[in-house]
Amino acid sequence: MTDALVDLPDLRVEPRWRRLIGRLLADRSAVLGGAILLLLLVCAVAAPLIAPYDPLAIAPMARLRPPSPQHWFGTDEVGRDLFSRIVYGTRYFLLICAVAASISASIGTLLGLLAGAGSALVDGVIMRLIDVLLAFPYILMVLVVVAILGPSLWTGMAAVGIAGIPGYARLIRSAVLGVKREDYVDGARVLGASETEILFGTVLPNVLSPLIVYLSYATPLAALLASALSFAGLGAQPPIPEWGAMLVNARTYLFSAWWAVTAPGAALFVAIFGLNVLGNGLRDVLDPQG
Amino acid sequence: MSSTLRADPVTTASDGPASGEQLLAVRGLRTSFKTSRGELKAVDGVDLDVAAGEVLCLVGESGSGKSVLALSLLRLIEPPGSILGGEVRFEGRDVGAMPRRALRRLRGRDIGIVFQQPQGCLNPVRRIGWQVAEPLMRDGLGRAKAWDAAVELLRAVGLPAPADKASAYPHQLSGGQAQRVMIAVALALRPRLLIADEPTTALDVTVQAQILDLLRERCRAIGAAMILVTHDLGVVAKLADRVAVMYAGRIVEQGPVADLFAAPRHPYTRGLLRAAPRLGEIGERLTDIPGGIPDLARMPPGCAFAPRCDTRRALGLDRCLDEAPPVFAAGPAGRARCWALAGDAA
Amino acid sequence: MARYVLRRLLLAVPVVVGIMLITFLIKAVIPTDAVTAQFQGQMSEADAAQAIAALRAKYHLDLPWYRQFVLYVESLLHGDLGESIRLRRPVSSEIGFRYLNTLMLTGAALSIALVVGMGTGILAAVRRNSWLDVTATTVGLFGTSMPAFFFGLLLILVVSVWLRWLPVVPRGPAAIVLPALALGLIEAAPLSRVTRTAMIDVLRRDYIRAARARGTGEIALVLRHALPNALLVVLTVIGLQIGNLLGGAFIVETIFSWHGIGELAVEAIGWRDFALTQAVILVSAGTYLAVNLVADILYAWVDPRVELAA
Repeated sequence: MTDALVDLPDLRVEPRWRRLIGRLLADRSAVLGGAILLLLLVCAVAAPLIAPYDPLAIAPMARLRPPSPQHWFGTDEVGRDLFSRIVYGTRYFLLICAVAASISASIGTLLGLLAGAGSALVDGVIMRLIDVLLAFPYILMVLVVVAILGPSLWTGMAAVGIAGIPGYARLIRSAVLGVKREDYVDGARVLGASETEILFGTVLPNVLSPLIVYLSYATPLAALLASALSFAGLGAQPPIPEWGAMLVNARTYLFSAWWAVTAPGAALFVAIFGLNVLGNGLRDVLDPQG
Repeated sequence: MSSTLRADPVTTASDGPASGEQLLAVRGLRTSFKTSRGELKAVDGVDLDVAAGEVLCLVGESGSGKSVLALSLLRLIEPPGSILGGEVRFEGRDVGAMPRRALRRLRGRDIGIVFQQPQGCLNPVRRIGWQVAEPLMRDGLGRAKAWDAAVELLRAVGLPAPADKASAYPHQLSGGQAQRVMIAVALALRPRLLIADEPTTALDVTVQAQILDLLRERCRAIGAAMILVTHDLGVVAKLADRVAVMYAGRIVEQGPVADLFAAPRHPYTRGLLRAAPRLGEIGERLTDIPGGIPDLARMPPGCAFAPRCDTRRALGLDRCLDEAPPVFAAGPAGRARCWALAGDAA
Repeated sequence: MARYVLRRLLLAVPVVVGIMLITFLIKAVIPTDAVTAQFQGQMSEADAAQAIAALRAKYHLDLPWYRQFVLYVESLLHGDLGESIRLRRPVSSEIGFRYLNTLMLTGAALSIALVVGMGTGILAAVRRNSWLDVTATTVGLFGTSMPAFFFGLLLILVVSVWLRWLPVVPRGPAAIVLPALALGLIEAAPLSRVTRTAMIDVLRRDYIRAARARGTGEIALVLRHALPNALLVVLTVIGLQIGNLLGGAFIVETIFSWHGIGELAVEAIGWRDFALTQAVILVSAGTYLAVNLVADILYAWVDPRVELAA
């Protein structure tokens, strides 16, 4: 009984982020996902060093070659080295993730903050808008934006990002409404902080953790959709070595050259899988009860 | 020599209940839970007998293993818990050796059980009538007949407007009404034994007495025996034929209610009775014995009550700390696990 | 019940208007509108200008946007979805059979998703931590990471090319097998996870223990006592699931040349055929809205705890 008095727990507070990273490193799925993401980043940055061939170089003599020591993943219908194209494809994959996530997260967060912290009128207007936007399945909303902006790599990315806005906005709004009830917000107000300071200084940091959790599963979904757009001919256009776009022509050769389909498909699968597993890990760490 | 005879530990429980034939016989039952802190011995060598038609009250503080014992009788222990040993015989049949099908017949048909939280025990998306009728339908009754029978059972447990309530859903009932339904379900197949695990703890004080009266009345009506798990000595005084006092996974004393209340032999029983001075009044809690129940994962080698026992201190009995006491005869028809009784003979 | 349904329907009205506004936007905000695109480089400047003006008037593109919107809603109310510029015939004549095809495909896929997803979910929950549970969880995680179009192509590759179980271009009823599998199996993954979680939660409730304590057999326990409760949870996500199926149909129909509205939408957007695009989006969003409405009402009807009067 008296042992507890002597054996006081260590009360030194570690910085929050360091504690989080420690717990992430202890989480198996976070480590696996992190490793895959790291691999993607290395490929994207060092693509010219890793890829043995120019991803756009056509070689009519080496069309549809099966995997071999010269061409690890084989070649496509115009003789381009698939391995090199997949390595360069990481750049597009990460670009899509980054662009889509930043568009949805920034505008969605802003709208959510406005709705959650603004007047009843502002909240009402924003929420009705969001209700209508959420009445569309995600992919349908993406198609609407593509239909308006026209099909291309950039509009595809933008469409996936824009279509993701209402989801973020709704999440942030409800998180803000929760935070607003907390005592520390009143505390900040008592200490004389302005409403803007409270919103960005006190409320925003406290909704970051649900935001990150949401990002972790919205982003792979967005990437999946963007590549689906490319595959449908409504996003990145050939000959861009975007993995979805690579399948457009390859699917014609499904019967003679399966590798031209499986290589970019598998790359996409592994990348999305990595993001999903990383997301699972993040969720375990940031949102243990959720 | 006669003194040594008295001091001999009672190894067999042959001196069973005074009235009625033997219904349930429990010998050396042990149930443990695997936890991160080690093995938690919730039931640690329990002997218990129930005769047909009698009311046995199982008393003890919360955490003493009463509910686990009740569940163990029907082999309802789920992982991380498991029954490690001992024997449970119902009407002579070994419950531990029963195949799955026989066990299912035992549950419900031979032994009914009523739990603490009646609201939680009713399926929220099924009508009351269906839940009462279901065991009957399993028993071979047709749908319409089972429903009618269910309404009758609901009437018998005093549910107002039983025909209407049969088509109601659980959330439309009060706690007391829900417990009446659970009693109807438990007794639907006229079991020979009813286990009631703290059936009134979750209810309003005003309805507790009604439910207890109902339990006794219904059991008498169908001739069922009852094991009533409770920590309320007022309830024991009112309902019990016999009492078993449980402490830290063991039954420390059992005997006819009048004997046990008049002359408790185990120091723990004495403490309990002192802590609840106004017997007969429902609602008394067992709180006033200094100290707490020992950690079930780190049981002392001797008597579990020894650290709290003032009798041990008064008599200076050192073996209590090292050696678990066996069962001694206590009074004309009682038994108790206490080393003080070994010397009591003199 | 009738009042609850009415209330839900009334709540859906502003959403319907919103959907129409958004589909209307497709035509309203395009930089060079559909009409001009048609004539570029096909005739002389003057002729083109004249023809454009005529067509602009015909399609009311010369009116302010809100007047155009009112006209748009009016024509929709008359069942007029406009004329496809590419197909040169009324959109409604094209959309009808395409819609039926999509309903057929998503219906088949939904059945597969329900059977496979709920089946594995229930088994995984009942045999928790068994090899079956671990396998289902792992496969489910793979499923959520699998692009539908890649999965579809893999199915063709394995079933038609390697195993030769089906012709590469199947005809008749066989044609629906692979697209329905592609769509349904992908959607079975999240459904399985939801079912498993809901079942595990239900199976540890007191009323399950109580039912077991009165001798209910394991199968009856799972199917008659636990499943109805878990189904309620599954029902709350079924609207979303059907949305995913409708969404997935755009991709899967394209791969398998299944002539539904998904394939049509992709084509229409590629052709920049705005009337057609509008109509397809409108029909899909409307279907999604209707499905969610039905799911909501069904939920209120099935769950006795929902107070219909409120």
